[in-house]
Formats: sequence, structure tokens, C-alpha cells
Amino acid sequence: MLLGVSIVVFVAMHLLPGDVATLLLGDRATVASLARLRHQLGLDQPVLVQYWRFLTSALDGDFGLSLRDNRPALGEVLAAFPTTVELTVSALALAVLVGVPLGVFAAFKEGSWLDTAITTPTLFGVSMPVFWLGLMALLLFSEVLGWLPTGGLLEVGAPVPVRTGFSIIDALLTGRASLFWQAIRHLILPACTLATIPLALITRITRGEVLASMHLDHVRTARAKGLPEGRVRRAHILRNALIPIVTVIGLQLGLLLSGAFLTETIFSLPGLGRLMVDAILARDYPIVQTGALFIAGLFVVVNFGVDISYALLDPRVRRR
Amino acid sequence: MSETAIAPPAVPSARAGLLARPAAKAGLGIVVLFLFVCAAAPLIAPHDPYGQDLMSALAGPSWAHPLGTDQYGRDVLSRVLYGARYALFAVVVGDGLALLLGSALGLLAGYLGGALDAVIMRLVDILLAFPYLLLALILVAALGPSLLHSLIAIGIVYTPQYARLIRGQVLTVRQSDYVRATRALGASTPRILLRHVTPNSLSPVVVMATLQAGSVIIETAGLSFLGLGAQPPSPDWGALLADGQNYFLTAWWIATFPGLAIFAVVLGFNLFGDALRRAFDPRAQ
Repeated sequence: MLLGVSIVVFVAMHLLPGDVATLLLGDRATVASLARLRHQLGLDQPVLVQYWRFLTSALDGDFGLSLRDNRPALGEVLAAFPTTVELTVSALALAVLVGVPLGVFAAFKEGSWLDTAITTPTLFGVSMPVFWLGLMALLLFSEVLGWLPTGGLLEVGAPVPVRTGFSIIDALLTGRASLFWQAIRHLILPACTLATIPLALITRITRGEVLASMHLDHVRTARAKGLPEGRVRRAHILRNALIPIVTVIGLQLGLLLSGAFLTETIFSLPGLGRLMVDAILARDYPIVQTGALFIAGLFVVVNFGVDISYALLDPRVRRR
Repeated sequence: MSETAIAPPAVPSARAGLLARPAAKAGLGIVVLFLFVCAAAPLIAPHDPYGQDLMSALAGPSWAHPLGTDQYGRDVLSRVLYGARYALFAVVVGDGLALLLGSALGLLAGYLGGALDAVIMRLVDILLAFPYLLLALILVAALGPSLLHSLIAIGIVYTPQYARLIRGQVLTVRQSDYVRATRALGASTPRILLRHVTPNSLSPVVVMATLQAGSVIIETAGLSFLGLGAQPPSPDWGALLADGQNYFLTAWWIATFPGLAIFAVVLGFNLFGDALRRAFDPRAQ
């Protein structure tokens, strides 16, 4: 799969219309200078040779230099990575910790006003453009109410040395509670914005799965043999409903990474998404290529992890 | 030799209940209103969406400009109304391209099977290994930022979902008695695919196309918001939001109303798509 991902990225960057040398040097470049640059970049080689060089260099950790500042592309991507992880993990945690209990609660209260009060906003949540929600949240909570900062990881000039790249951990390492709180305050709005759609989806799916599990034969049998209702719900309904919910949670990663590109732009966070968008606008192809491979590779690995987690939750998968 | 299309048993009464739920009616109402606005934008827009009036730049909502004006004094209401046409264009081109490509790939993979099926489905798996927006970004990076390129990218991004769905449908339909009977009568593969397999695989595709329409609008607006889709001065909703972002602390109306329009239309497609799914999918009832 990773090989397939590398082929797609390579093909997109090298074979689609648009000559990289012309893009880099501009329309007024001379034929000689274009030819020289193509030779330097190896673009005059056969496609298979180009792909082989691309693959072997990537396996050696050499992804080329950023065209904007001549720094290693992999280094730039790795430097931006912690910010994206911090944002997506916070958003996912928020979506799961709030969405699963809400979905379970709505299912157990099926048909009541509480069920309606939970499910109606989730319908709005899945239709919400995250970039608009982010702007509105900024307007309300930063500008009108003044409760939260407008963007960035920390206040400008905050004395927090970058050790891990994770703003919260770096702030924690300084040993000053005020800086730690500052890092948390900066993360609240972006994480809540990014969590909206996954939260709505997880709530809806959880409710649906729990409702479906409640009517299965083994649940009726468990009740018929006199098990306490709490045990029926925990051991027979929730456990059974958990597997599809884990699938949905795993699938949220793609949604979260897509949302992170937009959220990072709105909240001026120096993450992978913003790095990629800036690189595309500046035609910095080594960065785009490295970032795309890195994110897609990560996505494949996480999905593999989700598959493995089924075996832990479902004995039928383990036996296969 | 002549043969007529033999349909499988019709789905009973579910289709009649398509609009039974208020949410479905609301969804259809929003979609119809959206289509009306697209068609009637020149008649109902109070001003030229491109007409600049620097004297009234960044003016708040008023009788003259019910949704205010932007930094060039252009009427926000008129731009939002015309922006609906860009959203419809996105649905037709982006969703349409995905539907055509995905249907063709799914039909071929499902009906012909063998090595072709394996190759197509591996390609589909690889495309699904990318987060949606990332794949769209890679393609736009290669093609260059523009509305059409962003729509081609969105079309390719959504192709795998249609391919998988159609392939599954075809695998079921090709084993049906009526398809086997048609094959036994000597019908050619293209004829079987086009006259029998395709029409009988369409219901879930229509449902998916409706549900994807909302996603396509959001993704296209997202690309425009990032500066990779429609370019200024187009009144595309995503581009309007990007414009408004620079002024949202002083002129909140520029970004607020295009966002509300996206939200409302996507909600409409989602509600109506959900109703279609319930009507056509017996398991969802």
C-alpha cells in the first residue's frame, strides 16, 4: 500500500501537465537554463529511472531540499508534525470522550426529548463547513467575548524553548503553570472547531449501533435469564456496539487531517497542513511531495492499527 | 434477437414514504430553493455581483445592501446569490466526474472480474489510502490552482467510493436470473452492462450522489478558501469566505453569510440524501 501511495504522489508530481522547470524558472527562462535545471533535477531521465531514484532517495531519508529556503524537506515536515498531532489528537479525544457517551445516552433514551436534543444538533454538525465554524468561533470567543486567544500556539515571545515541538509538553517542561495554561488556551478553539464534525458523526453512529445491539437475540436472552440491566448494557449491548464504533473512530483520522489543513490556516498554527498549503501556493514541490508521502504513510499505518484493534475487541476476527 | 429489460421486483411502498418525514421535506425544500436561486440569480440579485463602489466599502447590512458590502463595496447578497451557481457547478462537475469515472471502473471491475478487477480495486484502495483533502491538494498542486482543476481533483478523490459501490452492486446483479437469462439469449457484454446491469444498480448510486453533493460543496469551498480553487473576483462561496477572513473582526458579514449559505445547502442535500437512503435501502428503514 505504501508503495502504491508513493507511486500516486510521484505520478502527480512528475507526470501531470505542467513542467516543473518552467514553473520554477518562469515563462521567460531561456531554453538552455530550462534544460540545465531539468538535468540537475533528473527530469531528463526516463520515468522509471526517475521513480527509482525518488524511491531509493526516500528510503535513505533524502527527500530533497525545500525550494524556498534550501533546508531539508523532511526536516521541515518533521518540525511541523507535532503541531498537527497535538491538534488532531486533542480533537479526536474530545470527539470520542463526548461523542460516545452522548450517543449511548441518546440510544438508551430513544424517542425522548433528550434523544431529540442530542441528535438534532449532530445533524447540523455534519453539515458544518469547518473553516466557517472556525471563523465564527474566533469572532465570538476571541473578539466579542475576549475569552480565548485568536491564534498561534503561544503568545508571541513566550519564553518556551522548543524541545519536543508539542507546545503543551514544551510549556510543561518549563515548570511554569501559567505557560502551560497559555498553551492549553491556544489549543481550545482549534481543537473544538476540528472536533465538531467527528463529534457529530461519532454520536450518530454510536446511537445507531447501540440501538441496533439493543434488539439482538442474545440481549433478549441475557435479560430473560435475569441478568441485571446494568450488566446487560455493559457486557452485551455496549461491547457488541463497540466494534463498528472503533471503525468509525479510525476513519475519522482522514477527516481530521483534512480538517487540520483548514483549521491550521484559520488559527495560524504552524502545522503540516499550513506547511503544505503554503508550499503548494509557492510551488515548493519537495515539501509537497514529502508532506504528502508522510501524511498518507501515517494514514495507512493508523488504519492498519485500527484493523488490528478489531481482533482485540471481536473474538470472531481473532479466530479467523 | 430481441430482448427487453427485465426489472427485479419493485421495492414496495418505501418510495411513497420518501417525503413522509419533516426532515426530508425540509431537505427537498432547501435543495429546490437552491436550484431556484441558481436559475434566477440575475433576476433576484439586487446588484451586479462584480460591481465595485469604493465609497460604500465595508458597509454593514442596510436596506440598500441587506447583507452589507465587501472591501470593494460589492454587494454581499448579490455575490452570495451568484455564488450558488458556482456551488451547483461544483456538484455537477465534481460529483458528476466522480460518478462517471467510478461507475465505469466499478462496472468493468464487477462484471469482467479477474485481473482487471484486481488492478482496478487495488488502484481504488490506494486512492482511499489518502485523506480526502490531501489527495485533492496533491492533484491541485500538480495541475495548478483554479476552479476547474479543483473540481477535477475533487472528482478523482470521490471516484473510489462510487467504484466500490457500483462493483458491489454489479456483483449482486450479474448473478441475478434475469441477467443470466439475457446472457443465455446471446446478448453482448456492453449491452448487458448498459441495458440491464446499470439501470438495476442505480438506486444506491443516486443516494450516494445526493449525499456526496454536500461533501463536494464543502470540499470545493475549502479548496477555494485555501486559495487553490476559484480565484478572485469569482463569487464562489469559499473564495468569499477567504475574502471575509481578512476583515472578519471589523466586517463580520462578509464571511458570515457565504458560510451560512454553504451550511444551509449542505444540510439540505444531507437531509434529502438521508431520506432517499431510507427509502431505497430496506436495512435503513
